[in-house]
Amino acid sequence: MPKGIEIEINRKTYTIEYHPDTPLLYALREELGLTGTKYGCGEGLCGACTVLVGGMARRSCQIPVSAAVGKPITTIEGLEQNGALHPVQQAFLDAGAFQCAYCTSGMIMSSVSLLRATPNPSDEQILQALQGNICRCGTHPRIVEAIHSAAKKMQEQPQ
Amino acid sequence: MTNTNELVACEPERYEFRALPMHQFALERRDFFKLLGAGIAVFAIVKGAAAQETAPGGRGFHNQELPKEIGAWLHIGEDGSVTALVGKVEIGQNVRTSLSQTIADELKVPLDSVQMVMGDTALSPFDAGTFGSRSTPTMTPQLRKVAAAARTYLLAKAAEQWKVPVEKLVATNGKISQTGSERSLRYAELVREDLWVGKISPAETTTPPADWKIAGRPVEKVNGRSFVTGAHQYSTDLRPPGMLYGKILRPPSFGATVTSYDDSAAKGMKDVVLVRDGDFIAAAAATVAAAEQALRALKILWKEVPQISYQEIFQYLKKNAKPSGEERFQQKQGSIKEGLATAAHHLKATYNVAYIAHAPLEPRAAVAQWTNGELRVWMGTQRPFAVRDELADIFHLAEKDVRVTVPDTGSAYGGKHTSDAGLEAARLARAADGRPVQVVWTRQEEFTWAYFRPAGVIEVTSGIATDGQLTAWEFHNYHSGMSAIESPYAVVNQFTEYHQVPLVLRCGSYRGLAATANHFARETHMDELAQVAQMDPLLFRLNNLSDARMKAVLEAGAKNFGWPRKRTREGQGFGVAAGCEKGSYVATFAEISANPRKGTFQVVKLVAAFECGAIVNPDGLRNQVVGALIQGLGGALFEGVQFENGKITNDHFASYRVPRFRDVPEIETVLLDRKDIPSAGAGETPIMAVAPAIGNAFCDAVKVRLRDLPLMPERRLAG
Repeated sequence: MPKGIEIEINRKTYTIEYHPDTPLLYALREELGLTGTKYGCGEGLCGACTVLVGGMARRSCQIPVSAAVGKPITTIEGLEQNGALHPVQQAFLDAGAFQCAYCTSGMIMSSVSLLRATPNPSDEQILQALQGNICRCGTHPRIVEAIHSAAKKMQEQPQ
Repeated sequence: MTNTNELVACEPERYEFRALPMHQFALERRDFFKLLGAGIAVFAIVKGAAAQETAPGGRGFHNQELPKEIGAWLHIGEDGSVTALVGKVEIGQNVRTSLSQTIADELKVPLDSVQMVMGDTALSPFDAGTFGSRSTPTMTPQLRKVAAAARTYLLAKAAEQWKVPVEKLVATNGKISQTGSERSLRYAELVREDLWVGKISPAETTTPPADWKIAGRPVEKVNGRSFVTGAHQYSTDLRPPGMLYGKILRPPSFGATVTSYDDSAAKGMKDVVLVRDGDFIAAAAATVAAAEQALRALKILWKEVPQISYQEIFQYLKKNAKPSGEERFQQKQGSIKEGLATAAHHLKATYNVAYIAHAPLEPRAAVAQWTNGELRVWMGTQRPFAVRDELADIFHLAEKDVRVTVPDTGSAYGGKHTSDAGLEAARLARAADGRPVQVVWTRQEEFTWAYFRPAGVIEVTSGIATDGQLTAWEFHNYHSGMSAIESPYAVVNQFTEYHQVPLVLRCGSYRGLAATANHFARETHMDELAQVAQMDPLLFRLNNLSDARMKAVLEAGAKNFGWPRKRTREGQGFGVAAGCEKGSYVATFAEISANPRKGTFQVVKLVAAFECGAIVNPDGLRNQVVGALIQGLGGALFEGVQFENGKITNDHFASYRVPRFRDVPEIETVLLDRKDIPSAGAGETPIMAVAPAIGNAFCDAVKVRLRDLPLMPERRLAG
C-alpha cells in the first residue's frame, strides 16, 4: 500500500503517498503537479523527463520514488531564482533553441548537469551529454550554441 | 495579394453585445465580449477561393454561430491591448509569433501588446486546420487587412476629434499623432468613445513588405519564457480539479476482435471507471497505475487475423493498385511514345519509400469533461474544428455543445489531424460523472495506433537528347500520394499518374506529405540521367529548368556549398537535389563521407537554399528550415516502420531510430527574401530534397545508386 515518503524537491520537502516503486516522473507529474518534467517515452530513451538527482541528470521515468529519498531533486521549476532565469534557461531563450519546446525541460536539465561537471565543455562533450535527449523539431545546432553561450556566461559571472 | 475582399468592423456595447447588421451572426449567443471586454472589433470576411479552401463542404464544415467566411478577427480593448483570434494552432512552427508580428506591424502597436487566441472552437473563426503550409499565406493577408481596417478607423476617429484632415495624422506605437504638433492619442483612449459599426473598404491597403518594421525581422518566440521555465501547460500537463487518468486497452494486433470478455475482477475495483463500448475498452482512475491495474484485471480473448509484413509491402502495393484512369490522378502533355522515340538515351528505374512515423515528442493527448450534456475537450490537434465535428457526430451532439481548445502543442508534423485521444477521453469522461478525464498515449501507442506517412513505389521512365535535354518523363506513384508529383522541369512529353492502393497500415498526413517520396524519386532519377548524359548534375538540372525561382535557389545553394567541389579524400561525395511545392523553393546540397570497403557512410554537411516569398520572421524561418532538414535526415537515413501480422515490431525509440545530436551534420541555410512575392508557408518544403541530395552524394562517392528510403538500413550506418 502507498505510504508517506519524504522527498526534497526544489528545496522543499514533500510527503508523497505513492508506492515506493513508482517512477519519480509520475509522482512529480500526477501527485505534485510539477508538470514541467515531461513524459516522452517512459523508457529512458528520449530524455524529456530529465531532472537532477543529487545534482546529476537522471531520467525520472527510470528511478523509483524510493531511490530519490535523501537526495535533493531539482526539476525545471526549481531553476529560476527570485524571478531570474538560470543562465542555461536564458541561453536557450536567447538562442531560440526550441520550437515546440516539449523536449526543452529535459534539454535544459541535461545541460545544467553537464555544466556543473564540465564548466567549459567541448562540442564532443556536449554531444556525449545530450545524445540521450531527443528533439524532434531539429533544433540541435541551436541547443549546442546555447550551451556554449551559457558556459561562457557562467564562467564570467559565477553563481 | 489577398482573398480578403470585404471587411466588416463593429464595436460592441460596453456591457453587452448589441445585435449588428450582420444578420447571419448569431453573436448575441456568444460571450466574446464578456471575455474580451469593450473596445472595437474588426472581422475579416473571406470570400471566394479562401472560403472554399477553409470550408471544403460536406456535413459539419460550418460553424453554426459564426459565418464560415470569417477568417480572422481582432479586438482592441479599452486598455489598448490587442487580441487577435484565429483558428490556426501553434505546434512549434512559431506561427503565434509570426502572426503577432504581422498584426503589430500593420496596426502599429508594440509587439508585446498583441495576444493571439488560437484554435478554440468557441472563440476562433472556423478553420479547416493547420496543415499544408497554409497559415502564413492565408492568415498573414487576412490579419493585415483587419489590422489595417482598425488603424484606418482609429485615424479617422482622431481626425474627427481634432477636426483635422486625416492625412495630417500618423499611427505609430499604439498612438495617433499629428505631424507638426505635440498632441497624440493612445488607441486605448480612442476606443473608449462611442460605438462604431460600419463597413470597411474592400480596397483597404496594407503595408508592402519593403516597409515592414516589426515583421520581416527576427524576434524571440512571444511566449518563449513559459517554455524554458516549464510553466507552459501542454495538453499532457492539464490538471483540472478532480481529473482522472484514462488508459485504453489496445488489441494485440490490428483488426483483432474480442471473442470473450470477463470484467468480474475489474468491476469491483474502487474508484475506477470502466468502459466497454463496442471494441473500445478503457479505464479511468486517480492515477495511471490504478487505471492500468484495472485493465490488467480484465480477462479477454482475442481473435487475430494474419497480415502482410513490411518485407512484402512493395510487391503488395504494386500488385494491389486499383485500376484508375481517373483524370484527377493523371497529368498528360505531349506523347511519351514520341518523346522516347526521339531520345538519345532512355532510363527506367523504380524507387521504394518506407512507411514512417511522426513520433511527435508530446504524444497524442487530451482532457475531456462533460457538463450538463455539453462536451469540453482540450487537446493537441492540428484540426480543432474537424475534431469538434467528429465528436459531435459520434456523441450525437449539436456542434455548439462541443468545444475544442488547443493548448500550444508539443509538435505534430501532420500527425495530429484526427480526434483519437480526444474521442477516447470523451468516451471515458461520459462515464465519469462530470469529472474530467485525461488520456495520454504511451510512446508504444504512438508508434502503433497513430497513423503513418504512407509507403510507396514510384516508377520513372525517361528520355534525354544528346545535349541532355529531357524529351520524355513518365512517372507513376503507387500509394504514397500526389503532393509535388508534377515535375518542375520543362519537358514537352510528360505523363504522371497516381495509383491508389487499399490501405495496409493506417495512413495520413505528414510534413510535406508525398512531396518527399516524389522528390526522392524525381531528383534521384535526374541524377541518374545526368550521369548518362555525362553532365554535371547541377548544370543538367539548370539546363532543363525554365522556372527562375528554382534556378535561383540552386544557384544560391551552389555558391554557398562551393559546387562543383573537388574530392579531397577517399570516400567523399557531393550531391544536389531541388524542388518546389506550395509556393516555396528549396535546393539542398550534401557532402557525405563513405567507407567504400564497408559500404557505410555519414553525412558531413548540408546546405539548403530556401525561398518562400517575403520573409516574416527570419529567425523562426531558419529554425523551421534547419528543423525540416534534420527531421528529413531521419526519413532519408534510417526511419522505417517495421510490421508483421498486424503488429508494429519497432515500436520504441530503441528500435525506431530518429535523428539525435550525433547524427546532425554541419548545416548552413541560405534564405532568399523576395519582398516582391507574397509570403508562402515554410514548414514543409525544406524537408523534400534532403534524401535525394544525400543519396546522390553517396553515389558520387562509391558509384552505387540507392533507390530505396531509408537509404541506410542499419548495415550502412557509419560509426
